[in-house]
This record gives sequence, structure tokens and C-alpha cells, in this order.
Amino acid sequence: MILLPFAILLVMSFWTPVGFEFDTTPTLNNYREAMERPIYGALLERSLRMSGIATVATVILCYPMAYYVAFHVHRNKMMWIVLMTLPFWTSYLLRVFAWKVVLGYEGVINSALISVGLIEKPLEFLLYSQSAVIITLAHAWAAFAILPLYVSLEKIDRSLLEAATDLGDGPVMRFLRVTLPLSLPGVISASLLIFIPTTGDYITPALLGGPDGAMIGNLIQKQFGPINDWPMGATLSIILMLAIAFICAVFILLTLFVRKRIS
Amino acid sequence: MSSDTYIKRPNRPLQLYAVIFLIALYAPVLFLPLFSFNDSLYVRFPLKEFTFKWYVELFQREPVWNALMNSVRIGVVVAVLSTAMGVFAAKAITRYRIPGRGTLVGFIMLPLVVPLIIFGVALLVLLSQLGVPLSLYTVAIGHMIICLPFSVATLIPRFEGFDRAIEEASADLGENAWWTFWRVTFPMVFPGVVASLMLTFTVSFDEFIMAFFLSGTQPTLPMYIWGQLRFPQEFPSILALASMIIAMSFVLVFLGQWINRGAQPGTIKGDET
Repeated sequence: MILLPFAILLVMSFWTPVGFEFDTTPTLNNYREAMERPIYGALLERSLRMSGIATVATVILCYPMAYYVAFHVHRNKMMWIVLMTLPFWTSYLLRVFAWKVVLGYEGVINSALISVGLIEKPLEFLLYSQSAVIITLAHAWAAFAILPLYVSLEKIDRSLLEAATDLGDGPVMRFLRVTLPLSLPGVISASLLIFIPTTGDYITPALLGGPDGAMIGNLIQKQFGPINDWPMGATLSIILMLAIAFICAVFILLTLFVRKRIS
Repeated sequence: MSSDTYIKRPNRPLQLYAVIFLIALYAPVLFLPLFSFNDSLYVRFPLKEFTFKWYVELFQREPVWNALMNSVRIGVVVAVLSTAMGVFAAKAITRYRIPGRGTLVGFIMLPLVVPLIIFGVALLVLLSQLGVPLSLYTVAIGHMIICLPFSVATLIPRFEGFDRAIEEASADLGENAWWTFWRVTFPMVFPGVVASLMLTFTVSFDEFIMAFFLSGTQPTLPMYIWGQLRFPQEFPSILALASMIIAMSFVLVFLGQWINRGAQPGTIKGDET
């Protein structure tokens, strides 16, 4: 049932638009065009790079937080988890909108810095840039990273840590040799859970990205909206899914390989 | 467990990091209510006088009420249907040996990991090929697909969290499967059902991407907001609207999580505080 929409999407990617109708003779023209016109490839590459950066940043920033709750919070653990994941449940659109308020040309940061007297003119690079999109993505998806990280850290048998200490490891070595490798499954699922959905995001780049920060999602949306070339939109969606699947497969194989080398 | 005291020793830098993390997590969202009470068309410091006028203005707008009603209607229908489906899915997954259980769970959870834009356009293409006109119903279908994983994820720990012997005892005492479900299983998982209703309502109420692709002429509330973002003079009213939506979502989700406490990932049974 749930695969049916994707099957139709795949079929449509071989069609050609004729006015408001479709020519249903299967053709590879859309794929050829997607390969030949540099804009598509550039946008795809940029999307993958931006959400890659956002993913790494989120996982690194969330890891200490998950570690803290897993190892150092003993009472009201539930409360901490709810607090960390609560914003995630609220409207994605409104959270992105909030960042527009914060980063805007006359927004919170700029006007605060001006009234304090640190800067004369608003900083222009804050809004409508790739960094604005990356910051917002990392912030918006934090809960997706924290939960798997927390679960994998919480599962670690505490006696292993004691054993490491008894055998003479300091806190740093103990973390690197016991805690980190054992929490690797959490790191992997957190990375995938953030990377996959952020690559296709179009709200954040549309509101905060400007021309420099546009991502492949914006282009897909335009094919179904103003450009009205549905088969091309379908083609781009399929290419995006294939690219994500490919990168995830490489990522998983790499981590498996690294893990084998460590143990 | 006295030997692991070195783990329990408080770690000040980490504690500080955690506090800063939480502040950073909430700060951007908290600026919305702050500026929604600010008597100025521009969102900037220094703050002007305190005012309610953006809220008052909002309440006088017909389109806001229409969009609100659309979102509430969809939210209620989606919450009830996806929770009902979630109960049966969670029961089937936890109670019966069904072939390909892992695959089934994978399919249900798929919308959480596929970029929503792809799901949105795929459904749009499917519906248009079937000749279904876009309306609030199609938005509801899209939301059901997104809400089902949340419902199932909320309910599975509930079903796993109680002793199956109780159900068996009920069966031994002569209740049939149907009454065992209503008199034993359902009361036990009830907190999960309430939590699922509240969470799925919030997810549907706040959802934008599916609504963007699948709605016809009638907008949902997030669609209305999206439309207004183009007009700078509407900014303060949108701040007011956004503040109320976020406050409502926070309350609903917090209540839902609280009702369902003790059935969270990673918690050990009996470890509730």
C-alpha cells in the first residue's frame, strides 16, 4: 500500500509533459536532462553537503547532552528527556519562522548587537545564507539525534566502565575505548535519522536560504508548483532518493568496517 | 551499587553544557511570544510598549477562524483514526507471531525517515492519477500516514510494558478474546491511547509539508501562516498566532508524555520517578 505512491512516482519520471496532460511513452529524457543541466547536479551536491554538515554538527552537539542525561542524571530522567524532545513536537514551520525572527536583517541578533553598540550596521550574512539554513536544520532536528544517542548510552553495562577503571584507564581512555565504541549504533542511527529527512527539506531553505541557500527540495517543489513539470519533479525525487540511499549505504559500510578494525 | 560512585560524581562542565544546551534549544521559539506583545510593526530591540493589539486583531479575522476550524477538524479525525489503527498495529506487532514483523514495523516507520517532500509529491501524483480532487480529505490521508508511526511508537512500549499473564488469566477465566481486549488490555494501555491521541493531534495540527502539496482551496492553519509570511505588515499578527499554536502544542505534548510516563524508550520497568 505504502509503496504504491513511490511506484507511480517512478513511472511518471519516464513521462513527458504535454501542456496539462502527459505523454506516457516511457523515455529517459528527464534523466538525461537532469544529468546534462549543471544546475540540478549542483543543487543536489549542495543539499547533500549542507545536510551533511548539519548532521555532523547536530550529532557532535547532542552527544554530550545525551551522555549527561544517561550517566549523570539520576532523578527525573523522564523530565529531562521530555524537555529535550518537546520542541521537536511543535510546528516545524513555526520553529523555522522563529529562526527568521532571530537571524533577520532587523532581527533579534542584529538589533541587539546594534543597541549594545557592538556593530553599526546589521550583519547581512546572518539571514539568506547557507549557514542560516545549516544552523536552523541542526537546531530543528536535535531531538532526532538525542533519543537514539541516549538509548544507546543508557544501554551500556556500567560494570564495563568499572572494569576499564580497574584495569587502569583514565576517564578519557575509558570514554574512547569503552563508551564511544559501544554507543556507535546510536551515533549511526542518529546520523541517518537527521541526514535523510534534512536533505529533502525545502521549508528552511525557502524561508532562510535566499538564492545561495536553495536546496534540491525547493526545485522539486517548483516543478510541482510554478514550473508545472511533474515528470521532471518525479525524476528529481527519484534521483534524490537514490543519492540518499547510496550515501547511507556507503556510510553504514564504512562504520561497519571501522568497527571491525577497532574490535 | 556503591562501587560506581566515580560515575555518579557530578561533572560540572557537563552540567553547564546541558543547561546552555536547553537554553539554546528553547530560546529561538521564546522570542515569538516576546515580540508578539511588542507594540511595533518591526521585530527588533529595543522593545516598545506592551500590547495585546496583535492578538485582538487576530481574533477579528475571518480567514484565521476558517483555517483554525479546518485544522481542528483534520486533527481530530486523524488523531482518532491513526490511534485506532495504531492500537491494532501495536497489538498485532507485540502479541502475535506474524511473518515479516520487522518489515511491517519498517514500513509503518517509513514516513519518519523518507524526506516528507518526496512522500508529499508521491501522494500528489497518485491522487491526481486516480482522479481524486484535492481537499481537506486528501490532507487528512497524508496526515494519517505521518501520524501512524508516532501512534505505534507511543503504543508499543505500553503493550510490551505489562505482563501477558494477565491476559492469559482473563482467557482462562472464560472471557473471549474480544472482552479480554476491552476489559483487560484496553484499560492497561489506556494512558498510551490518550497520549497517542494528543500527540497525533498535535502532529497533524502543526503539519505543513503534506498540507502544502495535498490541500485544495481550503487552507489549514500552517498553510494560512505560510501565505501570510510574504506580507511584512502581517508579521506581528503571525507572531501572535504562532505563539498561541506553540503554547498549545507544548501543553498537549507535555500532558501526553506525562500521562504516558513510564513507557518511554530506555526506561527500565519500575524505574519511574
